[in-house]
Amino acid sequence: MADNLITVKDLVIKAKVHRPGEKPFDVTIVDKVSFTLEKGEVLGLIGESGAGKSTIGVAALAYARYGCTITGGQFILNGQDVLEYIGNRLLQHRGGQVAYVAQSAAAAFNPAHKLDEQVVEVAITKGDMSRTEALAYARELYAKIGLPDPENFGQRYPHQVSGGQLQRAMTAMALASRPDLIVFDEPTTALDVTTQIDVLAAIKEAINDFGISALYISHDLAVVGQVSDRIMVLRHGKMVEMGTTEQIFNNPQEEYTKELVSIRSDIKPETPRSDVPALLRLENVTASYDGTLDVVKNVSMELEAGQTLAVVGESGSGKSTTARIIMGLLPQREGTVIFNGDPLPPKLSSRTKEQKRQIQMIYQMADTAMNPRQTIRDIIGRPMTFYFGTSGKERERKVTELLEQIEMGPEFLNRFPAELSGGQKQRVCIARALAADPEIIICDEVTSALDPLVAEGVLQLLLRLQRETNVAYLFITHDIATVRAISDSIAVMYQGGLVEVGQKSEILNPPHPPYTELLLSSVPEMRVGWLEEAIENRTMEAAGN
Amino acid sequence: MSFARASFTAKLGLIIVIFYVLVALVGPFLAPYKQSDIVGGVWEPISAEFWLGTDNVGRDLLSRMIYGTRTTLFIAFLATSLSFSWGILTGFFAAVSGGWIDQVLSRWVDLMMAFPTLIFALVVLSMVPINMTTLVLVMATLDSTRVFRIARALAEDTSVMEFVEAARLRGESTLWIIFKEILPNTLTPLIAEYGLRFSFAVLFLSSLSFLGLGVQPPAADWGGMVRDNALGITFGRTASLIPAAALAILTVSVNFVVDWLLDKTSSLRKEG
Repeated sequence: MADNLITVKDLVIKAKVHRPGEKPFDVTIVDKVSFTLEKGEVLGLIGESGAGKSTIGVAALAYARYGCTITGGQFILNGQDVLEYIGNRLLQHRGGQVAYVAQSAAAAFNPAHKLDEQVVEVAITKGDMSRTEALAYARELYAKIGLPDPENFGQRYPHQVSGGQLQRAMTAMALASRPDLIVFDEPTTALDVTTQIDVLAAIKEAINDFGISALYISHDLAVVGQVSDRIMVLRHGKMVEMGTTEQIFNNPQEEYTKELVSIRSDIKPETPRSDVPALLRLENVTASYDGTLDVVKNVSMELEAGQTLAVVGESGSGKSTTARIIMGLLPQREGTVIFNGDPLPPKLSSRTKEQKRQIQMIYQMADTAMNPRQTIRDIIGRPMTFYFGTSGKERERKVTELLEQIEMGPEFLNRFPAELSGGQKQRVCIARALAADPEIIICDEVTSALDPLVAEGVLQLLLRLQRETNVAYLFITHDIATVRAISDSIAVMYQGGLVEVGQKSEILNPPHPPYTELLLSSVPEMRVGWLEEAIENRTMEAAGN
Repeated sequence: MSFARASFTAKLGLIIVIFYVLVALVGPFLAPYKQSDIVGGVWEPISAEFWLGTDNVGRDLLSRMIYGTRTTLFIAFLATSLSFSWGILTGFFAAVSGGWIDQVLSRWVDLMMAFPTLIFALVVLSMVPINMTTLVLVMATLDSTRVFRIARALAEDTSVMEFVEAARLRGESTLWIIFKEILPNTLTPLIAEYGLRFSFAVLFLSSLSFLGLGVQPPAADWGGMVRDNALGITFGRTASLIPAAALAILTVSVNFVVDWLLDKTSSLRKEG
C-alpha cells in the first residue's frame, strides 16, 4: 500500500538460550507480528515484560539485542525493507530515518558531554545540517517541548537537569535528525506521575506538530492510550488484539485485554476508625542521614490493628525513609515511634527480639530480598526457627501451610529463588514475613516491579491474608490506583513532610491541598482525552519539571 | 559442573595439580631412598639407579623431589588455609560491622601491607626459631592481609543486598550473617582466590628456602634444592633446574584451573 509509511509483515525474532549442561536452543520471542502505520500515526505497543514489545521496537532500527536474531518477515519503511540494509545504508537508517528514545535518559546520555553536543550529533552526521543549523534547530526543539531557557539549556551537562527534562531532551535528540519514525521505549516509566504527565504532553505535541510516526511502547495501558491512535496488545510475542485506542478502552474483545482494562477496579471498602488506641503511632518524627539535612520532617501518622495505611508520594518524598525509621534502620533525631502503647527504641540494636518479630518488612525487589543460595524451605522456615524455635516435622508442616496460603504448592519447598517467577518470588517474601506472625507488615513498593496482572494477584493475596490473620499493613507506594484499591487510611508525603493524613474517603475526595490535587490528577486514566483535560485543569507545577 | 566442556588448558592444569597432590600424599612411600641418605657421587647424571641423578652431596634427586613436594605443598596448604580462615573471618566481620571496627581492622591491614612481605618475613624469621609452625604462622599472617581485602570487598557487595538487611531486621547474629547469608554467595570467587594464593604461597616458601630462612636442611623442599644445586649450573649439571621446573609447572597449572573457575563465575553472573 502506498500511503502506509510502515508495513510490517510476519516479523519473527528468535533468541538463543544457553542453559548450563544443555545444548543452546532457540526461543521465539516475537512470533509473526504484522502491522501497518500511516504517516503521522502513533501505534502503542502494550504488554507485560517478555511480551516482545521492545524487541519489535528495536527491530525498526534493523537491530536485535545481543543473543537475538531477526529470522523472518519484513519491516518495510518508505517502500524498502530495513532488515536488508547493510553498511552505510544501515548507519544512515539508524538515527537518520528512525530514532529511539530509551527508558532511562540518565543512562542514555553521556555524563561527560554537554547536552547540545549530544543532541546535534546525529543531526550532523546523519542529516545534511551544518553544525550552526543543527544547533539553531535544537534550540527551536527545546522551546517546542517546553524546556526552560531554550537558548542556554543545551549548555548544561546531563546531571544539571532534572529527570523529566532529560527525558524531554532525549525526545529533542530524536527529533533533531528529522526522522520518519520515532520509537519510544517506556519513556515515562522511570518518572514520577507528576512529571510523567508533562513529558507525555510534550511528546504528544511534538509528534503531532512534526507529523512524525511513532511506536510507543509501555506496560501501562492508560499511558499508552493518551498518545496513541491505535494500540496493539502483545503477549508472549504474539499479537492478542489491535484496535483504535477508543475501541481498546471501551470495547476490548479478547479476555486478556479485558483484564488489562479492568485492572484494580474493585475497591476494598474502607474500615471506619475505631476508638481503640492505634497499634503504631508516629509522633512528630524527624530524621536525617548526615545530621544536617532532614529527609523526614515532623511526620505523624497512625496505623490501627488489622488495617492498611498507605503512604504515598513521589521519589524523594521520604516515604521509604519513614519505613526505615519504623524498622529501626535509621534512628530518628526527634519524635517517637509508639508501638502497642510503648515507645520503640530508635536503634534496631536496642530493640528486643519480640519487638523485631512484630514488625516485618517486604521489599520492592523480591529478587534481592531472598538469599539466592537458600531454598524456599529455609527462607520461609528460618523466621519460625529463629523466633519460635520450631523445627523438624512441625516446621515442615507450617512452611507447607504457608505455601498453600500464598497459593503455591509443596513442590516449591526445595526450589531456589532463581527458579521462581517474579510474582512467585514476591509471594515467598510475603510468606517469610508472615512466618514471624507479625502485627504489622511494612510493604515497600511491593508491586511496583511486577507486571500489572501479577501485581493485581499479589494485592488480592495481601488483602485476603489481612482478612485471615488481621495483620496491619503500612503500604508504601507511588501508585494511586493501588492506594485506592487496598487502603483504609492514607498519608500523603511531599519533600520529606506530611501533606495530609486521614481516612481514604477524606483524602481521595475534594477539597484537596494543592499537592494532593496535583498527585491525584496526574494519575493517567483509561480514557481518551484525559491528558488534555488534566493539563488544562492543573493548579500547581510539578517539582520535577 | 560442566568440566567436560572446560578448555584444554583447564583440564591439563587440573590433571597436573592432581598429580602433584598424589605425589605429595603417597610419594614418600614409593620413593627409592630416604631424603637425607647419601647414596651416590656428587651430581651423578640420570641413570637406571638414580632416575633424576644425584644432588650436590650425592643424595638421590628423585627421592628428594618427592619428599620436597610433600613438604612444599603441605606448608603452602596449611599457610593458605590459615590465612583464608583469618582473612575471611576478619574481612567479613569488618564489612558486616562497619563503623570503627571496620576502620581499625582496615587500617591495621594497611599498615601490614606497607611492609614488603619478603623483607618482613626475613626479619621475623631471623628472630624466631625456624620450624614448620613459625613458617606457617608468618606466611599466613602476611597473606591474610590480602585475603582480608578481597573478603571485605566481596562482603561489602553482598551485605548491601536486601536479604542481608532482612536478616539483620530479623535480629540474626553477626556470625549467622557471615556464615549463612554472605559466605555462600561469595564462595566461588573465594575458591578461585584460594588457588591463586596457594600458588603464591608455594613461590613464597620457595623464595624463603632459597634464601636459607625457609625449610631447614636436611629436609628437602624445592626452593632449598634450587639453592643447594645452583652451583652445579657452572659445571653443566642440571640438578637445580628440576625443582625449578616443578615450581613453574605447578604455578602455571594452578592458574589454568583458576582461570576456568573465574570464567565459570563470570558467566554465571552474566546469566543473572
